[in-house]
Amino acid sequence: MSELLQFLFSGLTVGAVYALVALGFTIIYNASDVVNFAQGEFVMLGGMITWFAHAAGLPLPLAALLAIIATAALGVAINKLAIEPARGAPIVTLIIITIGASVFVQGAAQLVFDKQIHTFPAFSGDTPLRVMDATIQPQSLWVIGGALVVFVGLWLFFTRTLLGRAVLATSNNRLAAQLVGINTNFVMTLSFALSAGIGALAGVLATPITLTAYNVGIGFALKGFAGAMLGGMGNPKGALAGGFLIGLIEAMTAGYLSSTYKEAAAFVVILLVLFFMPQGLFGRKSTERV
Amino acid sequence: MPKLTAKSATLLVLAALIAITPFFFPSGYYYRVGALIFVNGLAVTGIVILTGYAGQISLGHAGFAGIGGYACALAPVHLGLHPSLAVLLGAVISGVLAWLVGRPILRLKGYYLAVATLGFGILVSMVLNNERDLTGGPDGIAVPELGLRGLLKDWGLDLTNGQFWYFFCGIVLLIGAWIALNLHQSPTGRALRALHGSEIAAGTVGIDVTRIKLQAFVISAVYASVAGSLVALQNKFITPDIAGFMHSIEMVTMAVLGGAGSVLGAIFGAGILTLLPQALTVLAEYEQLVLGLVMMLVMIFLREGLLPSILRKLRGRGE
Repeated sequence: MSELLQFLFSGLTVGAVYALVALGFTIIYNASDVVNFAQGEFVMLGGMITWFAHAAGLPLPLAALLAIIATAALGVAINKLAIEPARGAPIVTLIIITIGASVFVQGAAQLVFDKQIHTFPAFSGDTPLRVMDATIQPQSLWVIGGALVVFVGLWLFFTRTLLGRAVLATSNNRLAAQLVGINTNFVMTLSFALSAGIGALAGVLATPITLTAYNVGIGFALKGFAGAMLGGMGNPKGALAGGFLIGLIEAMTAGYLSSTYKEAAAFVVILLVLFFMPQGLFGRKSTERV
Repeated sequence: MPKLTAKSATLLVLAALIAITPFFFPSGYYYRVGALIFVNGLAVTGIVILTGYAGQISLGHAGFAGIGGYACALAPVHLGLHPSLAVLLGAVISGVLAWLVGRPILRLKGYYLAVATLGFGILVSMVLNNERDLTGGPDGIAVPELGLRGLLKDWGLDLTNGQFWYFFCGIVLLIGAWIALNLHQSPTGRALRALHGSEIAAGTVGIDVTRIKLQAFVISAVYASVAGSLVALQNKFITPDIAGFMHSIEMVTMAVLGGAGSVLGAIFGAGILTLLPQALTVLAEYEQLVLGLVMMLVMIFLREGLLPSILRKLRGRGE
């Protein structure tokens, strides 16, 4: 029982990271119908920039803030320089462009930073908390809490603010949104900034637990995508639930089956979901996209 | 003068390039680079069939190269097969696996197909990395000698190792290109190209979309597998890198860089991306950076790829 609880905790922790990545996918997908394969690189940059800024003498919170802002700026640059010029291109073209962006960012991170594995201290110490027969790291609570806060924040943004509704309108019908005076280009830019910032935040929160290096992005992207798809592509609630589920499945695979093949779990889930319920758990409702 | 068909023109150009370039080689080392270009060209020709003809993307084709490569390492040792038969075995395994995986996967489109194939490739490379007892893990494993060079020597044709692999891979590439070009003109090829235009339209004129896509996937997997085998046999060594994600990306980039719609274009792309890091050793550090940049720039500005764009420009000026 305590074993199961322990796996549950670790599953929820990584699941929260995947959920944040999945939310990032969802935001961009909704605004532009683009699946941004560079999403995982945002997570990597969040961790790497924070580490280097911290190592350069900046206090950790400031370093983290810098990482999130810089990554958001990069997200905007990718949209402006690579996605917008290719608007209307076939999907295969867009896939290659965003993968190119991902490979490029990875290559740049290798040069600007290094090839080492990095970590920085947990935000509120390393003393594990006892819950029943299991323990949980305080940092795990930061990650899980972060995912929930971001989700609620997004929900409020999309339902309560004019700008958020403009994003929703654009995702429903780009042309109609333009006709009622919404600046859809700005909406796309905003989506990329938000999505990249959230990815970076995930990297900041997770690095004390999962470590970071220039090449961790692709793993996060794949699992975040699996989460987004499991929940139903384009649905933020689905992204949250799907991300957590992928994390749990991975942790259970590692605990009960094989730790070397825990990574395969996400892939198997992807395939099963695609074969048996392509709409995902929450389907895709075009009227109620939060 | 009878007009050359595009097919024979392509094959002639290729054959001439393979035969003539060695006269300009300053040292034996260049045979090795040439062979590498041909092997990459072969794998990329498979991508042309899948992506260029049929418009389907695969981000996991390195997985098939891995299967082909490791077949050459493992089958001779464990099954006692001759390395040449191991190439065949790898191709059969890749083909069957592509058929099994492809049936459900190819129902998917666009992003879903990309991620499913990416996952497949990662799974293969994970197995190669983790099953240390069989594959030697990340350190790689030795591959037996093909033995054809010795045979040629007995027949009085004495080639250096570099020369042998240069011409051998060149001939295999020619055969691969010939098959791909024939396919292009066959009813299957026409069906594939119809698919590329519009899957729904292709379906309404009676094309069995799923079956045709599956055929393209299986054929391209066999190309990747044979290319992987050739790499393994030539190096007499293989590591899981051959099945890695970056290798899959490289294949796609080579194809789109040169022009995924044409066999010659794609081989041209393979040539450039193979030469680039060789020509500028300082580039090694920048390899990923350049690869990513090339992918983005070509897709944004030269969507047809380098060679078709150049040819069109030349033709435009000629008229």
